[in-house]
This record gives sequence, C-alpha cells and structure tokens, in this order.
Amino acid sequence: MKNIGVLMMGPSYGYLEQELERRFKFFRYGSQPIPRDFIALHAESIHAIVSCVGMIIDARLIDPLPNLKIIACFSVGVDCIDMKKCAEKGIRVTNTPDVPNAEVADTAIALMIAVLRRIRVCDNFVRNREWLSNEFPLTTKLSGKRVGIIGLGRIGTAIAKRAEAFNCPISYISRSEKPNNSYKYYSTVTELASNCDILVVACDLNPETRHIVNREVIEALGARGVLINIGRGGHVHEPELVSALVEGRLGGAGLDVFEDEPHVPEELFGLENVVLLPHVGTNTVETGNDMADLVLKNLEAHFSGKSLLTPVL
Amino acid sequence: MESTGERLPEIAVFGPPAFFRKIEKEFSSRFRVLRTWNSDIPLPQLLASEAGHIEAILTSGVFRVTAEVISSLPSLHLIVTTSRGLDHIDLTQCRRRGITVTNAGTIFSDDVADLAAGLLIDVLRKITPGNGHVKNRFWTGDGDFPLGFKLGGKKCGIVGLGSIGLAVAKRLQSFGCQILYNSRNKNHSVPYKFHTDIKELAMDSDFLILCCALNNETRHIINRDILLALGKKGVVVNISRGPVIDEKALIHCLKLGEIGGAGLDVFEREPLFTSELFEMENVVLSPHVAVFTEESFKAMFDLIFANFNSFFMNKPLLNVVPLE
Repeated sequence: MKNIGVLMMGPSYGYLEQELERRFKFFRYGSQPIPRDFIALHAESIHAIVSCVGMIIDARLIDPLPNLKIIACFSVGVDCIDMKKCAEKGIRVTNTPDVPNAEVADTAIALMIAVLRRIRVCDNFVRNREWLSNEFPLTTKLSGKRVGIIGLGRIGTAIAKRAEAFNCPISYISRSEKPNNSYKYYSTVTELASNCDILVVACDLNPETRHIVNREVIEALGARGVLINIGRGGHVHEPELVSALVEGRLGGAGLDVFEDEPHVPEELFGLENVVLLPHVGTNTVETGNDMADLVLKNLEAHFSGKSLLTPVL
Repeated sequence: MESTGERLPEIAVFGPPAFFRKIEKEFSSRFRVLRTWNSDIPLPQLLASEAGHIEAILTSGVFRVTAEVISSLPSLHLIVTTSRGLDHIDLTQCRRRGITVTNAGTIFSDDVADLAAGLLIDVLRKITPGNGHVKNRFWTGDGDFPLGFKLGGKKCGIVGLGSIGLAVAKRLQSFGCQILYNSRNKNHSVPYKFHTDIKELAMDSDFLILCCALNNETRHIINRDILLALGKKGVVVNISRGPVIDEKALIHCLKLGEIGGAGLDVFEREPLFTSELFEMENVVLSPHVAVFTEESFKAMFDLIFANFNSFFMNKPLLNVVPLE
C-alpha cells in the first residue's frame, strides 16, 4: 500500500513507525501544532492519520486534508479528536480498546501501593544512607482499604478485580448500575468519595466527566483519602487537587495524567505522599506492540475494503 | 490473694523492637521493664545481676537470643518475638528448657504480600524511576521515558508457599500472572504448579518472589546458578531474609545484565550502608519495612500486651510456636 499516505503524530514509538514506513507512504510529525507549510506540501497525499494520546485533531488539521479517510488512534481514549467533524466528513476513527486494559489497571494498583507504602521514599532513604541513623516511619496498610472506582467499564472492572485480591471492598459509580457483582453502587461521586479510602478515576473523558473530581469530591475523600488518576488529566480540577495536597486536606495522590502534559504542577514535587508518572499507563513493550498491531490491522482493513476491527466511528 | 502493693510483673526487653518507644509509656504502666540495650554494663553482666528472676522477655526479630542469653535467664519461661521469623532464637535451647516462644503469626502476611507485589510492579513498570523522571523535570512528552514490562501472562515463581507466599500468589494471580512454586511440601489445595527443584522453578519463571524462612537449607539458596536460570529478563523480589540470597552473586548478575532487576526489602547486612546496588536503576530498595504499617504495628502490640497479660495470669497464649 505504498501509495497510501499515513501521517503519524505524537511521541515516538519505534515498532509502529518502522511498520508504517515499511507498508505505507510515511509522514511523520511529532509535536503540535503542525506547521502550515508541512500540511500544504503533503496535504493531497495524506489518506490516514495515526494519532497518539494528547494529539489534538480538529478542523485545523482535518479541513486542509482533502483525502483523509481514517484516523487510527494508538490509544483507547479518543477525547482529543473532533468526532463531530469526522462524522460530517465521513472520516472513520478507530482506537485500541481492551489491549491495554490490564496494563492500565496494573498502573492504578502500582500507584496505590507506591503512595500508601511510600516505595519511592523507601528507595531514596536507603540510597541516601539514611537507614544507618534513622528509622523509616510507619506507612499505611493497603490491604482491606475501601476502594471506590469512578467508571466500571473494562478498565474499572480490571482494577476492581485486582483490588479485591488485596482484600479491598469495592464501591463504584458508573453510568448505570452493573448487576452480578458484590460491589456497592453510589449514585454520586461525592457519596462514593465519602465512603472510600482510595478513589480511582477510570472513566472516559467527555463533557460530563470533565472535572468530575472537584473540590467537593476532594473534601469528601478527605485528609486520609488517596486519589489515583489513570484516566485523563481533565477528569480532575488540578488547581484544587494541588492546593488540597499542599494544605494536607487530601491524604495523598498517585497521578499518571495531568491537565496540560508534560507540564506538572511543581508544588507536587516535594510531597512524599504524591507519586507522579509521565503518562505511562499502557507503556509496556508487549502492550505497545499489541496496540501497534491493531492500528496496522485497522489501516490495512480500511484500505483493502474490509471491515474495521475496532471502529469508534 | 495479691496485695494492693504487689509490684508489676517484670519483663526484659531486647533489641529493642522497632517503634518500641511508641508503646514504651503504656508498656511501662503495665510492666516493669528491664531495658537491656541502653546499659553501660555489658549484657552478660547485666543479665547476671538483674535478670535472674525474669520469667518473660520481649525481643525484636533482629536481636540474637542465643544459648548464652538463655542460660543467663534461669527463670525464663516465655519469649515473645515481634517477628514471624525465628532464625534469631536458639530454639534447641528453648525446647530443652521448656521455654514457650510466641511470634507474630500471620498478622503481617497481608502487609508483606502487599509490599512484595509493590516491589515487583515497581521494578517492571519503572514506577520509582518514572516518578524521578517527572520530579526531576525530565518529562518532555516525546516518548522519552523507557517502556516497562507487562505482568499479565508472566510466570511468577514463589519460593516458600506459607501464609505470605499464598497471599503473594493471590495478589499476583489477579494481575494475570501464572503462579508456580517451590516449598518444603506440595500444597494439594492450590492449583499452582509445584516444582521440587528450585533451579527448575527459576528456569520456568519470569520472576522469583522469596517468601521462605531463613534456615540452614535456605541460606544462599538463591545463588548465581539460580539467577542465571532465571535469566536476563528475570526479576527477583526478596521480602524474606537477606541471607536467602547470595548478595554478591546478585550484584554481579545485575551488573552484567544476567538478570533484569530486583526488588529488595532485606539484605545480608542491615542497615545497608553502602552497596553497588545504590547505583543501579533496575533495582528498588527498601529498609526492611515490609511489616511496618500503622495498622500492623497496632495489631502487633495488641498481641504482645495480650500475651504478656495472659502469661502472668496463667491463661492460654496466642501464636505459640510449636517446638516439637
């Protein structure tokens, strides 16, 4: 399919780039915004975009590309794409659902343990030779803590399954109550937050869920509560979160996502009860390759006239 | 009938156990305490002059209750250790003298298993390095942070399937790991694959989690041979006792890339002052804290108080270690 032009946007991913280059006419632009002259030069040749987390695809990019037929997202979330525009123009959109669910869920649990048991602080304590002269303070037990999950989709369910193995009682909020589980359902996020020790954000980002974790929810979670965000930065009102942590009104946080990546509020850097990750939720060698394979399969299916494997639109 | 002027029972405390100062006041209100660690007099002399009548002692998991110490305590009937491990107590002498030993039992199993899982994920998914990457302002958004490795579908070899090993297995299974194990005996009530030989376990595993007691059979059981069998992508997690691993061999293998990484809460010499481990990015280190959470601390001291109270009232004790 060497006559099919595919533009890849977003951070580097070796395997995917190699394969796209091998199979298609490959264009690459890592960051945003893409300069107008780049677009003008290649506009007619671009039939597909492979997009990564954080890359905004809206009219500014879609309008100048007359032959754009499909946007294959190298992610589960499609919140950065103007879906209305795509629908208008008949542009197909695919994502990589399920592939990274386990890894994202693993990241959520990793953050819980890291925050409560202060793993990073322990590691520093040993490497800085503080163990010789000091006792490391007592940390907080994870097993048995109440875990509240916002969004009980596939990722939320995977998180629940893992937390249960740590003897954590599970409660949740979701668009609708899910039968066939022993988890407690709450109809508001504030109630959920009031009744759990660890609150995990695991839902989609859309206009209803933007800033779903706000001041009220943070206060309900409280000075001994911990927030874990493996969803999107936009789920949390970041300035409220930062001031609650700095002022001790929230017990701790494990964050893989931020409102304006890669910018992270520096007030969080010195806090021992906060663990920050550079949006690595799905970033394993194995998962990345599986997701890349799915992107490639979707592109090949589309341009061979076959059904898409994982269409969103 | 005891008179109201009866003195409080006396207990000698050795170590002292970590965080003893937190309960010292309450402890001293219920018992007279002979603090053996902060005397100017050498220990044998102190015990000879002060401890002849002492019936019960409290020890940390680190202080060595040797035959010599035991023989300096002619009235000793009870040793309460804050640890689960017993490698620091001369059990032969205890058996001979008819001394009862109580330990932590399974109070800490969940906390230890939580940390074991946490250390494994931290090494595989680079949680501690990731946090450093952000806090040191290295995150540029260009996919610059290295990828981690998946847990799901991997084979997790557990060495020692006691209460801690079982708790670790339960947690790692939920991540989609396949559980294999080596233990003194096969456990017929679990579906996990049993290996009679630890080298075969290592060859068949992607990770090894060490959950066994320290004794003559397990000292340095994880040696170069076993580490090479585990392989280049293998990860070792140790929450048992430092000497279960030949630490020099481990460091050598890590330096040469012969194994993938390690999560260590225990070391051959503690506290760890200096080590080539400090320079390595694919290891996560913690200062022997697997049991030290607020919740377990409270449960431990409730247990200790209960056992000493019961002892002095001739009531049954909890977590008695079978010495036969």
